[in-house]
Amino acid sequence: MVEASTDGLTAEQILSEAGAPVIVFDQVQLAFDEQVVLKNISFTLLGGHTKIILGASGSGKSTILKIVTGLLHADAGVVWVNGERVDRLNEHEMMAVRADLGMIFQEGALFDSLTVRENVGYKLYEESDMPIEDAHRRVEEVLGFIGLGEYIDRMPSELSGGQRRRVAIARAMAFKPRILLYDEATTGLDPITATTVDEEIVKLRDLERVSSLVVTHQLRDAFYIATHMAVRGGDGKVKVVPATREKERQAEFIMLRDGLICFEGDADALRQSTDPYLRTFLS
Amino acid sequence: MLPFIGSRLKQAALEVQEYVRLDLATFYALFTRPRYTHDIVEQFDVIGVGSLTVVLLTGLFTGAALTSQSGVTLDQFGARPVVGRLVSASMIKELGPVLTALMLTGRIGSGIAAELGSMVVTDQIFALRALGTDPIRKLVVPRVLAGILMAPVLTVISDFVGIFGGWIVARFQLQVASGVYWSSVTQGLYMQDVWMGLIKPFVLGFAIVTIACHVGLRTSGGTQGVGRATTVAVVAGSVAVIAADFFVTQVILAVLY
Repeated sequence: MVEASTDGLTAEQILSEAGAPVIVFDQVQLAFDEQVVLKNISFTLLGGHTKIILGASGSGKSTILKIVTGLLHADAGVVWVNGERVDRLNEHEMMAVRADLGMIFQEGALFDSLTVRENVGYKLYEESDMPIEDAHRRVEEVLGFIGLGEYIDRMPSELSGGQRRRVAIARAMAFKPRILLYDEATTGLDPITATTVDEEIVKLRDLERVSSLVVTHQLRDAFYIATHMAVRGGDGKVKVVPATREKERQAEFIMLRDGLICFEGDADALRQSTDPYLRTFLS
Repeated sequence: MLPFIGSRLKQAALEVQEYVRLDLATFYALFTRPRYTHDIVEQFDVIGVGSLTVVLLTGLFTGAALTSQSGVTLDQFGARPVVGRLVSASMIKELGPVLTALMLTGRIGSGIAAELGSMVVTDQIFALRALGTDPIRKLVVPRVLAGILMAPVLTVISDFVGIFGGWIVARFQLQVASGVYWSSVTQGLYMQDVWMGLIKPFVLGFAIVTIACHVGLRTSGGTQGVGRATTVAVVAGSVAVIAADFFVTQVILAVLY
């Protein structure tokens, strides 16, 4: 990690504070052969905040997440994740950065030869020195958090679409990353199941202090995540309620169009935008 | 026409480059940590134990058919009693390694390409990498290790079963006495033949598995792509087995004989 210090604080300490930048894109460009996907993308995700990336199919939303995790490399521009400049790291060096990143893929991308327990605990069982009993406990805790405790010994093929997405979220959060990346986590789900997934995203953000980068073209889900917050009631139960104005401002939207960001702002600003493209997208 | 040929040549060069890169990365991963021991054990079981039946049947019937055919030819020279020598030399030097490798290509090559291809098109490979796992260490190394080490074991089994199948035909169809057959089998064998029969399967096992892994990991185009990858893995693997067999034979003949 970065060792430079500012005012007596190490970069790591600064980054661990709420509101510190955890992902920075600076003039990022990417093309596949002749097709330019990202022309000039710059944005910053702050710690504990949410950035919701909207855009039409093929606009490069998922590509941004893959660049963050180092699954793809940008042709130009600078990408910082948790204080590491990831655009010039090789696959081996990226492993350390990925230790603090969880990603939920479209359709879940669960390992279909492994049980739900093995999927959720994959990183703990395979890539950490955590004692097996502790790993089992963590898996059960995480599955309990998303309400799928009784499905622990099932195979992914035995789960519904919504359950698969929730297991994917559990897998991504099992090793307690500080950043979660959601790639179309609710696409193809019915509204009720999609709301359940949205609530998990909100709970992770507000109760576990996870910074979230959410890619979607489902406006309903995007607004739900941006305008709700999770609170723990006096009885210890978690409730998802409409967000305060201050909380709403911590969720920002980015709209991609033709490889560029054509809008950046909070839910209110998006609703009030008079841009014809945005109005078409919102209608 | 020229641009088309140029594009195909570029594509072929890219495939070769990616195949060599995969091989180099696999070699590096073979000798460095981390290793996924339980995946290695699992692949030894899948590739080794799982292929036993097909290899046993192939070896048995090949040896039997070879003896039957050879008996007819040898009769023309009054040389029926030396049929064991011909069967053992053919099985150990050529038919055992090549037929076992071809059976492995059909069974293992297609399986590997389909499994890895499915993982690619469903983003499971991306998920592995995002979870901090190197797919080469987790998926390729165990299969390559199992392929390299189990192909010779299966070949030796196939050789023995083939010679045994030959004995059945020699004894009961050609009426060659058992003692004559078995002494002919051992008399016709030299150490160089044994080396040839042992060295070939290492190379062929490596070729089959690395080609299947390469094709599987470069799958694109959804489920149709997986089907295509499976076919390509079997066809390319089979051709590679025959070609590699020829070149390895030339090298061993030059070095050992």
